[in-house]
Amino acid sequence: MKSSIIVKKALLYLILGIMALVFAYPFYNVFVLATWPGDQVLRSPPHFFFGGGLAENFRQLVSRIPFGRNFFNSLGIALTSTISVIFFCTMAGFAFAKYRFRFRDQLYFFVIASMAIPGFLNIIPFYKMMVRFGWINTWLPLVVPGMAGAFGIFLMTQFLENSLPNDVIEAARIDGLGDLGILMRIVFPLARPAMAVLGIVTFVGSWNNFTGPLILMPKIEATTLPVALSLLNSRVDNNQGALMLGNALTLLPLILIFVFFSKQIISGLTAGAVKG
Amino acid sequence: MQTIIRKSRKQGWYPYLFVSPFFILFCVFGLYPILYSIFTSFFDWKLIGTSAPRFVGLGNYTNVLTQDPFFWKALLNTVILLVTGSLLQHFIAIPLAIMINSKTVKGKEFFKTSFFLPYITSTVSVVIIFGVLFDTNYGIVNWLIGFVSDAAKIRWLQESFGIKVVLSVVLNWKYIGWNMVIYLAGLQAIPYELYEAAMIDGASTLRKHISITIPQLLPIIFFGVALSIIGGMQIFEEPFILTGGYEQLGGHQNSGLTAAYYLMFTAFKAYRLGKGSAIAWLIFLVILTLNGVNRYVTKKLEG
Repeated sequence: MKSSIIVKKALLYLILGIMALVFAYPFYNVFVLATWPGDQVLRSPPHFFFGGGLAENFRQLVSRIPFGRNFFNSLGIALTSTISVIFFCTMAGFAFAKYRFRFRDQLYFFVIASMAIPGFLNIIPFYKMMVRFGWINTWLPLVVPGMAGAFGIFLMTQFLENSLPNDVIEAARIDGLGDLGILMRIVFPLARPAMAVLGIVTFVGSWNNFTGPLILMPKIEATTLPVALSLLNSRVDNNQGALMLGNALTLLPLILIFVFFSKQIISGLTAGAVKG
Repeated sequence: MQTIIRKSRKQGWYPYLFVSPFFILFCVFGLYPILYSIFTSFFDWKLIGTSAPRFVGLGNYTNVLTQDPFFWKALLNTVILLVTGSLLQHFIAIPLAIMINSKTVKGKEFFKTSFFLPYITSTVSVVIIFGVLFDTNYGIVNWLIGFVSDAAKIRWLQESFGIKVVLSVVLNWKYIGWNMVIYLAGLQAIPYELYEAAMIDGASTLRKHISITIPQLLPIIFFGVALSIIGGMQIFEEPFILTGGYEQLGGHQNSGLTAAYYLMFTAFKAYRLGKGSAIAWLIFLVILTLNGVNRYVTKKLEG
């Protein structure tokens, strides 16, 4: 009886351990390969340990793609998206959570329902529109349309409904604060935990966006890291070392964010699903 | 009294102001283009050249459904990948969640986070990594296979079967952790008393999960499968990057060509906006139908 429990437990850990290895190894592999010179990346048997080609790979990388520009674009788009999403979604979430107004429930339903629309349905006319606006190869089409995203409004409404006491708002009103004052001085400071979740999730989504910049920012100087990497990947004179290092440098910020904020990321990304 | 009324009237339009950014942006960048794409789908509309859009009625739809050599192929590929890459993984994610949820397992958070990490990595990075892992001559997969088999090396990225396998592996690897976290939350909501009764009856572990866990999880399974259908029918980035972009059109025998990939090719490489819009609405219909099936099956299972 006792020994069968131990066997069961060992088996459980073995399966979970193997799965963890399967999930983690590709990440380790990226960083290992980023340190091998271009002509030695692909080897049999494969590399399991770090090499000495990091500096050379970096020189190759920056000579092939405008890496600094691409990094700057990725970071700039992600940060401006994050800040504007936090601002506009907290504002809308506050209204849906704490005001009673005509058509509130219908409008909220509309926000939630809009999340179910597949992204590809509007992509062709949207592209034409961006051409007409002159927004191609700028940050604008990747920041402006999503500034007040439905998911963020849902997240903030949920949070403020449950965690912002009505008494606090009433007290602030009696103290003479207007609606904007309450938003700025009460709601924003008190909504920080949810704003952090929304901010991190938005940043990660923007950082990883590929289809958007692929269509809207075709120029290599104007585009983001994922698209620049895919262009490097499909080049004939591709240098494997440069590609691997570029990949590692694209992943590194995400992994760092995840190490520090995994709780917020997991709760944020599964928020709608777990509630539903 | 006077002041309160005035105040409440003044705050009357603040909530509308606060929610207005979403509605303005959605109408301009979401709703209007969607309606416009219905309109576009009835025209022969080219992005380049000077020829004016020409009304063709349902011509784009009939062309795609009856004459186009790629559309059905792409749709079939998408459905295959939907099953092998997105749906079958629920059979892995549920047992994984049960294992992690079991009382004897320590380090739940560690396993949870390490399984979740692939979900937040960019598709380009993931595909570049797996391209190396599945490399014919130097990849770790063929290297490991070499220990147990002397057969010729599998050309994963050059053969149609191999491309589907690699794409399925990538999709499983990327999304299992996400599904597992959802199921884990579902498991933690099942009342423990349900299991106590079964334990008194001396039911085996497997029996317990089949007759208690799975029925209790059904609403979450429905939801997870619905999201898999919506996501799986839109798969574009993974095959696009893995097989080498618009020019390759899904690699060997177009085996990596998915419906969304073909939509993107038609619109942004062949520059046929009307036909592309028709493809978009056809994919949307398929998603609606499959989710209808999902709802029907779930209802049946719930009894």
